[in-house]
Amino acid sequence: MAAEQPPGRLLRLAVIGTLAGVFSGLFGVGGGTVIVPLLMLWLAYGERSATATSLAAIIFIASFAAAVQGLYGNVHVLDAALIGIPAIGGVLLGTWLQQRLEQGVIALLFAAVLVASAVELVLR
Amino acid sequence: MIGELAIGVAAGMVAGLLGVGGGVLFVPGLVLFAGLSQHQAEATSLLAIVPVAIVGTYRQDRYGNVQRADALVLGLLSVAGAAGGVALANALSGAVLRDAFAALMVLVAAQLVHRTLRPAAAGAPLSEPSSTPGFSGDPDALD
Repeated sequence: MAAEQPPGRLLRLAVIGTLAGVFSGLFGVGGGTVIVPLLMLWLAYGERSATATSLAAIIFIASFAAAVQGLYGNVHVLDAALIGIPAIGGVLLGTWLQQRLEQGVIALLFAAVLVASAVELVLR
Repeated sequence: MIGELAIGVAAGMVAGLLGVGGGVLFVPGLVLFAGLSQHQAEATSLLAIVPVAIVGTYRQDRYGNVQRADALVLGLLSVAGAAGGVALANALSGAVLRDAFAALMVLVAAQLVHRTLRPAAAGAPLSEPSSTPGFSGDPDALD
């Protein structure tokens, strides 16, 4: 598919990726909250492909950021496992459920999470 | 223990459903149930996100939803962007920026709602871009 990129598409992707990184570096919020809506609004992605592609990009961001934070000694590995291992069950359930939901429902849920994150950010 | 388990499962579900890391629930969960400081919780949440994102991506890829080349571009550039963001965070006053970013998030949320609820306009690809075959897998193909 790389061969048939319309002009500007790669640039938009680059802007989205960079913004996602900058905001997660700045506020610790970013990653998916930036990538998912911008893929949908700028690149006409569907909900499922936007969220799926975002998760794949998050592997890079989170691994890098976790490694840096680990070097500073801020990561509590046992607690990460305690909360992260049950989350693997959750993500299996979430992706399964997502394939069976109307795409519009996913977008509206996402908008709700965006507003909640914004409120949390201001109150922090 | 039970609290961490419950919030872990919930965070994973949000991650799978919405394509975010799950930090939005991991961070408060770690503060509340593991007694970590906000700063330690944010750092620890990042590690918890990694396996969740890997497993979620693997499942979504089986469904045919992951645009691998795009994900690679997004992922690599965001790592570079994150390094810049950390530098910016140290150079700029946080409060104003944070409020501006929060306002932007609400604006984007409004646009998403508008895009979803408007009647399908002719020619506007509301869901899948038609140029990419096999974009959305059949959910029942796997199970």
